[in-house]
Formats: sequence, C-alpha cells, structure tokens
Amino acid sequence: MSTAQSDMSWARRNRMILTPLLFLAPGILFFAIYVIIPIGQSFNISLYEWDGLGEATYVGIGNYQELVGDRAFEISLWNNVKWLALYLLAIPAGLFIALFLNQTIVGIRLYKSLFFFPFVLSQVVVGLVFSWFYLPNVGLFDIITGWFGIDVRGGILGNPNTATYGIIAAGLWPQTAYCMILYLTGLNAVDPEQIEAGRLDGAKGWRMLWHVILPQLKPATFIAFVVTIIGALRSFDLISIMTNGGPFGSTRVLSFYMFEKALSEYGFRMGYGSAIAVVLFLIMLVFIGYFLWQMYQDEKAARR
Amino acid sequence: MLNSMKASVAAVAVTAGLATSAMAEDLSGTLRIISDMSNPAPRAIMEGLAADFDAMHSGLTVELEVVDREAWKSQIRNALTANPPDVINWYAANRMAPYVNAGLFEDISDMYANGDLPGLDSVKGAMTMDGKQYGVPYTYYQWGIYYREDIFNELGLTEPATFDEEIANCQKIVDSGRKCYTIGSKFLWTAGGWFDYLNMRTNGFDFHMKLATGEAEWTSDEVRATFANWRKLIDMGAFIDDHQTYSWQEALPFFVNGEATAYLMGNFVVPHLREAGLTDDQIDFYQFPKIADVPMGEDAPTDTFHIASNAQNKAAARAFLQFVTSPDVQTKINGPDGLGQLPVNANASVADDEFIKQGFEMLSNNATGGIAQFFDRDFPAEMASVGMEGLQEFMVFPDNLEDILNRLEDARQRIYK
Repeated sequence: MSTAQSDMSWARRNRMILTPLLFLAPGILFFAIYVIIPIGQSFNISLYEWDGLGEATYVGIGNYQELVGDRAFEISLWNNVKWLALYLLAIPAGLFIALFLNQTIVGIRLYKSLFFFPFVLSQVVVGLVFSWFYLPNVGLFDIITGWFGIDVRGGILGNPNTATYGIIAAGLWPQTAYCMILYLTGLNAVDPEQIEAGRLDGAKGWRMLWHVILPQLKPATFIAFVVTIIGALRSFDLISIMTNGGPFGSTRVLSFYMFEKALSEYGFRMGYGSAIAVVLFLIMLVFIGYFLWQMYQDEKAARR
Repeated sequence: MLNSMKASVAAVAVTAGLATSAMAEDLSGTLRIISDMSNPAPRAIMEGLAADFDAMHSGLTVELEVVDREAWKSQIRNALTANPPDVINWYAANRMAPYVNAGLFEDISDMYANGDLPGLDSVKGAMTMDGKQYGVPYTYYQWGIYYREDIFNELGLTEPATFDEEIANCQKIVDSGRKCYTIGSKFLWTAGGWFDYLNMRTNGFDFHMKLATGEAEWTSDEVRATFANWRKLIDMGAFIDDHQTYSWQEALPFFVNGEATAYLMGNFVVPHLREAGLTDDQIDFYQFPKIADVPMGEDAPTDTFHIASNAQNKAAARAFLQFVTSPDVQTKINGPDGLGQLPVNANASVADDEFIKQGFEMLSNNATGGIAQFFDRDFPAEMASVGMEGLQEFMVFPDNLEDILNRLEDARQRIYK
C-alpha cells in the first residue's frame, strides 16, 4: 500500500488540489488582466496629472484634494445617491405587478409580455422615448401637466431641479419590468401547502404577503436588489442620451463625470478621471462586499 | 497673434502661375489617410481627393479610412500614437496644441518657407504655434446672423449695423409675437458662439484672445460688460424658450416655421435651411452688429490636414498637402457641389453663392480686428467645457451670473498654471 502511494507521481497525488486550480486558471487569468490589474492601474494613475499623451507628473493626492472642492463632483455624487435610493422603488413596484399578474385568466401570457416589454428595449430607445415624452410644449407629459395648470420651466429635462428625477423615472420603467419577471418566477416556486396552512391559521391580505409569501421570495428579492443596485450605478447611457449631463451639469453621475473628464472631447485629464473612478469603485465596494458576504453566508447555510 | 488668421484673405493675388499641384518626382509606396469627413457631402469630396491623388501617381497607392467626425475627436489620440497614418484631419489654432506639444504633428515650416505652399500666406497664422507651422487648412466658413428676409420685410426691418438697431429690431419682432433668435444649447457650443461675438464686439478681438489665453480675468469689468449686453437680449425675451433641451438641429424648425427670425450660426446651416424648403428670397445674412467702437473680429473655424510625426511615407504626405491646398483643388472642393465653404488658397475662386460671397466679402474687408476660430477651439479644452456650461446656465438663469463668473475665474486660475 505504502509503496503504491509513493509510486504515484506528484501530480497524481495532488490532483484534488490541482484539478480545481487548473479549471480556475483561465478565469483567474482573465479576471486579473481585465479587472484586478486595471483597478490597481486606476489607483496609480489617480496620483498623477496626465493628459494621456505626454509625460505624467506625480501629484500625490492632489487630484483628490481638487475633488473635495469641485462642485460638479459634489453634484454627481449626490445624483448617484438619488439614483441608488430611488431606483430601489423598482423592487416593490415589480413585486406588486408580479402579484397582480400571478393569476390565471384568459390572455394572461399576453399581459405578462406587455409588462415585460420595456425590459427588452435598448436603454437608448427608452431614453429617446422618454425625452420625447418630456419635451416642453409638445411632449405628452407637458400637455398632461398643463391640464392641471402645472408648468415645469424648461421642461422636465431642461430644469436642473427636475431633470435627474425625470431620468430616474425613465430608468425605472424597464427596471420594474425586470424585477417583475424575477418575482413572477419566484412566485411559481412558492409552496402552496404553506399558503394553505397560513390560510387555515387565518392569515390573509398583508399578513399573508408579509409573513408567508415574502420570506419564500427572499432569493428573488436578493437578486432583484443586486441587479437594481448594479443598474443604478451604470446609469450612464440614459443620461448620455437624455441630457448629456446637462442642463449645466445637473444630471451627471460619477460614471458620466469620469467619462467627461478622462475620455470625452474636452477631457483627457486621465489622473482626475481616475480619481473619480476610484471614488466610484469605493462606493461600489460597499455593495460588492455586502453581496459577497451574503452569498458566503448562504453557501455556508446550504453546506450545513 | 497666435490664433488669428489675419484677414488679409483679401489679397486675392491673381498671379496663379506658381500653383503646382504635385511634386515632380514620382511617389511610391502607400499613403495612409484617416479623415473625419464623415458626413455625406464631405465624404464624397474626400473620397474624390484620394482617388484623384491615387490616379495622378502610378506608383502610389492611397488608402483612405473615413471615421465618424465626433468619434474622431477622441480617437485621434490612439491613431497618432499606435501605428500612425501619414495624413490626418484636425482643427486649427489651440485645438492643435496637445498634439504639437506631444510632438505628434510634423513640423512643416520648411514647406511654407521655401514656397511649396503658394497662396496660403493669409491662413498661415492659424497653423502656427511658437513660430512653426504644423499643417495646412483645407476649408473654413464664416459665422454670422442668418435671418428671415421675408419676415424682416413684412415688419419693415432692415439689416442692423449697430447693437442699438439690433435691439430696436428685436423689440419689433418680439412685439409681433415672435422670438428674435433661435438657439439650441443642449450641447453647449452654440452659447459659445454668442459669447464670442458679444465679447469681441464689446471688448475687441484682442481682449477676447487674452481671455482665451488666460491673461484676462473672468471677473473683470470687461467680461461683466459683455454679459450685461447679453442680458439685455435675454431680458427682452429675444431667445426661444427652453433652448437648453434642444440640439442646434432641433432649434431649426423655429426658424423655418417663422417662430424665430434669426439664427447666429456657421455657414453650414444654409444647406439645412434650403432643404427645409426656404428659398434664398426668404433667408439672408448679416454680420454681427457693432457694439463698442472696436475693430470687428469674426469667428471663422478652419479645418485642417496634418502629417503625423511617425508617418511612414512623408514624401507622399507632403505632396498630398500641396495637392489639397492648390488653387484648382480648393476651388473644386469648396465649390457649391462640394463643401460649399470658403477656399483657403488666395488664388482659388469663391463659389457663386449668395452666402459664401457675403462671408468672403465680410472676412476679407470687414474683419479688421482679427479672425478667431471658435470658443471651443480658441480656449483650452477644459476651460471651454467649464466655460460653455456657465454660458448655458447664464442664458437660462441670468441671475446666477456672479456665481458663474467666480466659478469660471477659479477654473481659469487652475487651468492656465
């Protein structure tokens, strides 16, 4: 027995460790090249003043000091917070539409498709449709508010006080559809026996939803939360299409501001753009950390 | 003056004898051109130029790559650093600075010095940085006020020569239930045009250039005077409402439908107006009127060709630059079937078009202050971007002026170190 084991090659003896490592290697390699190393490079570039062409000069935390006093950065940061907070409305809205559609009547498949439809549209199309909807004087929204005597100066997207909310509302349309689909599939997996049991115990309406159905939808809620947070943080395309960051920079978010400073026609301040990217990364890290921790807990619970 | 293309365009030397369109020696190899002339008409012109040049030299192959004009503004960096082509398109004056400073544009001062580029003396200034020339222009166009001649006639108005007349005209237009000017400021640069003109007329071309090069302060009395003049127009309701939600094209219907009577724009607006169904009887052009007693400065943005420093076939590239600036080619590509703009060679002839002729006349005889490129080409990129945002905000909320000027002054002190 002992001789047989020593005959085995090193690779054979360690295959339980080697095999997973080999399978992971391509993934780790590409993840390192395209994600991990660029993150490190961003940190590094953010310490320099560099136009992307000439020599980079080391400025230490100079870019970050400038960020602190930069009003455009402050506005972008607050807009990111607004996006994160208001975008979460997609989760309850999606849940209620899913509950509403989770019944068997004639043509329900058609209704479900119609509600799901906005998610299939490209963000660019959503942005264009909403910017026409919001057009001052001729847009449908302006006409409807006009009936109630409300006139938003400059139109929703032309007024710095309303523009960001206008874009978020446009973003909520497809995002709600996404959450709805997640909940519809989740509702299929709800155990009818538990509902039956709950009913026998006299639960109905809100109590039934809160104590019996929602706990069973926890996996769907988690995924909906993850995709909504990610959606809120990558709100770039809607902003670019609908307002291009305007009027006077009031609808920028960090990702858009980073793009403007580093990569757009008037930009090419690579160091400053990287500093913005680092701040955005740190914000994302909070959520990424939470998601990873949550997933780890679930795995641990499943293994037990 | 660095940014000025001195208005000696007037010197239309009729001696056309010098013009040779290509070098005598025969060229070989491949000439790689990347062009940003991606709109349909310019694209056809560029493809024609490449084909003609290819046919002229049997040993030479011309490879042309046309990229989207907007995308090119950020792609040029990669194009010039990795495997650079021989010839590329760009813009004159300060817009060249990042590439000249990084040593990516070829110094072609010797071509100007030894007479390889006859007829370009008047436009040389716009291609000059630190006493050296880095490319050739191939077209430029005037800016000015395009207006609805039929509505002016209906209201009994004439082309104003002074700002007071402009305001008096505007008052009558507003009283007739129309707006004086259409503008779409969503993409900001249109507001830059208004500032250029108001500032050049209020404080003169030289002050405007001082502001562009960071020598003058945004909080100065001169700049305040410019904004005070602008405010007169804003307060009387001269501009269309909600302009911050429109692009410059989306602002066109107000002009076409007669809801607004004038448009401060570059000459490229004319084909759009004609396509929209306005006849030449309905549209006309006048120079931005005089405000203070200073020589008139004008915006006339210039588009250019450059040779990359790391080009492979510089001999062919230089011959191509001579070819595009030669009088015959200039006459052809800027003609009514081509770009419909102004030729850069003094020996070329100007197209027989109402607007091009007026623009040529204006730039030749009545732009004694100097010729600027445009707000976003004269000011450094970052100042232009912060600046135009402030200008747009001023047009919507004129009361924020103090805050805007302080912000721009802060930006100025940071940017021009």
